[in-house]
Amino acid sequence: MLKNEDKIFTNIYGANSSEISAAIRRGNWDSTKTLLSKGKDWIIEELKASGLRGRGGAGFPTGLKWSFMPKEVKDRPHYLVVNADESEPGTCKDREILRNEPHQFIEGCLIASFAMSANVCYVYVRGEYVNERYSLQKAIDEAYEAGFIGKNACQSGWDFDIYVHHGAGAYICGEETALLESLEGKKGMPRLKPPFPANCGLYGCPTTVNNVESIAVTPEILRRGAEWFSSLGKPNNTGTKLFCISGHVNTPCNVEEEMGITLRELLEKHAGGVRGGWDNLLAVIPGGSSVPCLPADLCQNLSMDFDTLKELNSGLGTAAVIVMDKSTDIVGAIARLSYFYKHESCGQCTPCREGTGWMWRVMDRMTKGDASIDEIDMLQEVTKQVEGHTICALGDAAAWPIQGLIRHFRHEIENRINK
Amino acid sequence: MTENKKNNNNFSFTKENLLLAERELKKYPKGREGSAIISILWIAQRQNKGWLSSDIIDYIAKFLDLPQIRVMEIATFYTMFNLNPVGAHHFQICGTTPCMLSGSEKLKSLLREEIGEQSSVSKDNLSWVEVECLGACCNAPVIQINDDYYEDLAVTDLKNIIDDLRSKKEIKPGSYKDRLSSAPDNKNIKILTEDEIEEIAKNRTKPGLEAKNA
Repeated sequence: MLKNEDKIFTNIYGANSSEISAAIRRGNWDSTKTLLSKGKDWIIEELKASGLRGRGGAGFPTGLKWSFMPKEVKDRPHYLVVNADESEPGTCKDREILRNEPHQFIEGCLIASFAMSANVCYVYVRGEYVNERYSLQKAIDEAYEAGFIGKNACQSGWDFDIYVHHGAGAYICGEETALLESLEGKKGMPRLKPPFPANCGLYGCPTTVNNVESIAVTPEILRRGAEWFSSLGKPNNTGTKLFCISGHVNTPCNVEEEMGITLRELLEKHAGGVRGGWDNLLAVIPGGSSVPCLPADLCQNLSMDFDTLKELNSGLGTAAVIVMDKSTDIVGAIARLSYFYKHESCGQCTPCREGTGWMWRVMDRMTKGDASIDEIDMLQEVTKQVEGHTICALGDAAAWPIQGLIRHFRHEIENRINK
Repeated sequence: MTENKKNNNNFSFTKENLLLAERELKKYPKGREGSAIISILWIAQRQNKGWLSSDIIDYIAKFLDLPQIRVMEIATFYTMFNLNPVGAHHFQICGTTPCMLSGSEKLKSLLREEIGEQSSVSKDNLSWVEVECLGACCNAPVIQINDDYYEDLAVTDLKNIIDDLRSKKEIKPGSYKDRLSSAPDNKNIKILTEDEIEEIAKNRTKPGLEAKNA
């Protein structure tokens, strides 16, 4: 179990105040000026050495991503955009950061923006998080007042402004280029890549889009050193991570733990265990709704990290663990995800627009057993035709849960059809 | 898409909302004010009791100097914009898998029984709609009523909420399980006090900073 001393988020449940004075007592805004004075290259190198991988789902190394930004600002300004459009089913960690640890996050925004020569940062908060948005704005106002951000932020000589922007209900805006489109006041439809945002992002300017958690952990990594962070977790899967445990556990919760903790320890130490005991586990979705589910027999000694889960044809994603016990209608549970993706497809690419609706209609019939056996293979084939044939990963995200279901629970679909 | 109804009176921002809208415009570089369209539509929707009529769309188009269709496409793309009237208390119930696993189906049945079909407004001015993941899955099942989240709801909790709203009583947002936000409701987990956290923060090693002095 992660020691209290190694926790980055010490107020994640909001047990204490989120105000600036309390945040400072917790160690936020500590020596920020010194960190900045060590320079951009040092910050990026230190982050690379820490092994931090993006916490928004894809797990791309954060330091490396930052290094893709042009070294010098030329004719176009640089931007940092933070993705707080948290809407991957199962995921609810950024909400807690925004409302309970806003200063940790704002400090991270300053450091990241400085490292990438951005004077302006936009935080794109999902529209539904109205109160969270207000909490964040309140903290930003406090930070301006204290001189931590604004002109000559933390007396570093760097000018830094941060603005809260919000959406209005669209899962697709969590995709980075759709988010940029939305931030420009358009429909959230993903852009073709290349050009990548680091060259041509917000308003056609060099932009980096990061997840809230990735940004919020950086000040503490820099203060304590890359070596500390990389000593936690496993090689290539370092550090701590916020896990969101939902579904059929006794005490669902968000919790910060070491990467590579076993699923069983995670559920039993923090979430009160699987409802009805460990043997009552049917399956888990280990990383948010997009990743394929894993049946109980693969969960016995399962290490919760990017590489292990990838090897099992699943993924750590956002580390949102959705637990299903043996009472679950697993076909119905996955069909509900198919409905979600159908609902959230932006409609730009035909395979996704048509495919998500088609897959949901078939999944809906399969839930009721109103299908034929050969339709299972047809469904599998269609998921393969959607996967990889769309501009963004929403098509893949719609295909994977169904592929996981067919891979591990084909018998369940067949039983229903044969009944 | 449902028909976009008209208001009876012409819409314009109140003084207070005009200030809010202008503050939004200032967040973006010159010539990029169109970025504020979502937040400005949202301010307008709030002023108009939770929905956008076609004269509001026209007003915002003029306000932002954009073609009317550009505003309409935003209002129809984003699901939080309502193009038809909603109740004074608008229930948005999350129906996605984590909430479904935790009993949102039963809550939906109760809403149907008490308020009526989705998107209809009851005589006592309540309405409901099923939405996709609200991002509070560790507190499932969740319903958003206007701005606030109501979490860890049992059927009886929802019934009480509806009854309280009907008798004009205040309702309490947050978790209905008597727990702290999304903390484990688990006696084995000790939540640290401010003093304990401060002590840890003071004593932590900071090699990243020492390296500079060395």
